[in-house]
Amino acid sequence: MRHLLSTADLGRDQALTILDTAEDMASVSGREVKKLPTLRGRTVVNLFFEDSTRTRISFEVAAKRLSADVINFSAKGSSVSKGESLKDTAQTLQAMGADGVVIRHPASGAPHTLAHAGWIDAGVVNAGDGTHEHPTQALLDAFTIRRRLHGAAGRGRDLDGVSVTIVGDILHSRVARSNVWLLHLLGARVRLVAPATLLPVGIGDWPVEAGYDLDAAVAEGPDVLMMLRVQAERMHDAFFPGEREYSREWGLTDERLARLPATTMVMHPGPMNRGLEISAAAADSPASTVLDQVANGVSVRMSALYHLLAGEE
Amino acid sequence: MTTRILGATLPDGTTADLAIDRGVFVDPAEAGSARRTIDAAGLLALPGLVDLHTHLREPGFEQSETVLTGTRAAAAGGYTAVFAMANTQPVQDTAGVVEQVQALGLRAGYATVRPIGAVTVGLRGERLAEIGAMAASRAAVTVFSDDGMCVHDPLLMRRALEYVKTFDGVVAQHAQDPRLTVDAQMNEGEVSARLGLAGWPAVAEESIIARDVLLAEHVGARLHVCHVSTAGAVEVIRWAKARGIRVTAEATPHHLLLTEDLVVGYDSRFKVNPPLRTAEDVSALRAGLADGTIDIVATDHAPHPAEAKECAWGEAANGMVGLESALSVVHAAMVETGLLGWADVARVMSRTPARIGGLRGYGRAFAVGAPAQLALYDPAAAAEFSLDSLHGRSTNSPYLGRTLPGRVRHVFHDGVPTVADGGLRPADEVAAARQEVVA
Repeated sequence: MRHLLSTADLGRDQALTILDTAEDMASVSGREVKKLPTLRGRTVVNLFFEDSTRTRISFEVAAKRLSADVINFSAKGSSVSKGESLKDTAQTLQAMGADGVVIRHPASGAPHTLAHAGWIDAGVVNAGDGTHEHPTQALLDAFTIRRRLHGAAGRGRDLDGVSVTIVGDILHSRVARSNVWLLHLLGARVRLVAPATLLPVGIGDWPVEAGYDLDAAVAEGPDVLMMLRVQAERMHDAFFPGEREYSREWGLTDERLARLPATTMVMHPGPMNRGLEISAAAADSPASTVLDQVANGVSVRMSALYHLLAGEE
Repeated sequence: MTTRILGATLPDGTTADLAIDRGVFVDPAEAGSARRTIDAAGLLALPGLVDLHTHLREPGFEQSETVLTGTRAAAAGGYTAVFAMANTQPVQDTAGVVEQVQALGLRAGYATVRPIGAVTVGLRGERLAEIGAMAASRAAVTVFSDDGMCVHDPLLMRRALEYVKTFDGVVAQHAQDPRLTVDAQMNEGEVSARLGLAGWPAVAEESIIARDVLLAEHVGARLHVCHVSTAGAVEVIRWAKARGIRVTAEATPHHLLLTEDLVVGYDSRFKVNPPLRTAEDVSALRAGLADGTIDIVATDHAPHPAEAKECAWGEAANGMVGLESALSVVHAAMVETGLLGWADVARVMSRTPARIGGLRGYGRAFAVGAPAQLALYDPAAAAEFSLDSLHGRSTNSPYLGRTLPGRVRHVFHDGVPTVADGGLRPADEVAAARQEVVA
């Protein structure tokens, strides 16, 4: 694997290999000395053009547990034209001999451009680009689902037949896009639920069932209910009338939580708006995988960096 | 003193000799001794091409293009006249600026430069620019456009259509509803959904065109629609023409050949406004051009410096250079597909754009006594389009690396050779030869 830009680029075996390696990495994280020498002498740059402390720290911990040298490069707020700075920054990193670049950028496709414009030789990991993709989030979500379902015995298994309902702002969600391709690849059945304003035009060819009715989706008792974060600015752009109506129609309220089977997992990529898309009780319930997702994020990112930089395949 | 062109194929398929003397076509039978003879066997003689939609970028954006470099690109593509869009800096919204652009064109000598005047001051869409002063200036502006920006305010658009009537001008509208296209990055549809790029829906173009043709009907004015890009827009214009509304429309070469699928690699050479659309839209545009619903091909030649394109898609500038490739692209999209013959190409790329823009001398191609505007084109040639094919200051062409048919071999502008044997002639020679003709 040269780069990790989109889950749509992954084959089934490739995806399963990343998840299985993440199992190995998870066992490292359980040890007293949480470190492997695998990437000793390699340099990983966290290039963040957008604030995201959680994702940056997760990648930083992952790289450090593999003994890589980690440089955090926060390029946000640069006064030069952003386009120039992406190229200039890339060339700077190239001159410094970066082996891997983990990039978060507000423009969809920026990691693709970084990987293919010929500015840099390093492997590129997309840590979230605009409203396009966030592949390591989808991988950690799949990993979390597999672990909840099968425990450590999940190795080598896909998500055949698992029903996953993703609820909320699909239009602007890079998490949703990466999850749709990956979950479908792994055999899951994916349903999207959102107000029509927050479903993209042109998803007729997506391997999903799309609808508007969260209560109907809850009544089907999906194996996984994934709630997406609602950005406050969407309200000002007339995507929906207000928080209360959104919460009433598309929020995971206590009442909807009570109607879900006990086996349903409640997922959220974080950070959560408690009381808006998810109630406090739902967020803190045993069904919630939110903290598992955070912990698994480190294992999955270790696996991704390992496959990108350790020079196999 | 005469240039003789022997055995050229005319657009109607017949073969003829042509002769040029002192800037005009002369009867070859009565012409004097030839100073120069061109064997044009196998070459197609087209009237000099006319582009109603060119961005020359001067004054203000000389790092992208100048009047000189842009008209060199034009000549290389077989053009002898270009209409220069108003979104310069300062904007072409006063007599002074349009006269300056016109003078720069005359000095360069590669093609006639007809400045387009802004509809509104600073293209800001707030109040009318000095349309009468620009019409009465030495530049004699006839086409008014805020291209790049839509004249969105319906009342202002109505007034502009009415006011321009006073000077027998035409408003060329960039049809884009700004509210429906906030931050828009590409055509809205399956590809934008997948790529996570904000969509530019077809309805944002079609709704403005529908409004504008109704306004033009109501006030009895002429309307020209820039860069039509959607199947629905073709339908609206077809309806308007059937109703007798005085509307003309253009399609760009890139919208006749390229589709939104090219955006998948986030290569910003394919970022343009209006965006590349679907294969169905391309088919509808071709059919519209073939049946006359769309009157002309115009390039929307939009040069940008490398740094405006070498960045993430969302941060890249909109636009493609197109003057050097236009004829070959129309050849590929319309002639090789059997939708247009060469006489139609002469109509949609020379005669009709000249008529819409009020440019004299293009009514009857090759007529004795008419200014000698001529392009000799080798339709049998085919080559990979490369950086060597580009002659302007910018290289943001979507066709680099693509094989295109045909090659421009010779171009005469007012009888002055600007392209000879496939190569641009040097600026000093063109300027000197032009002085001779004028004298």
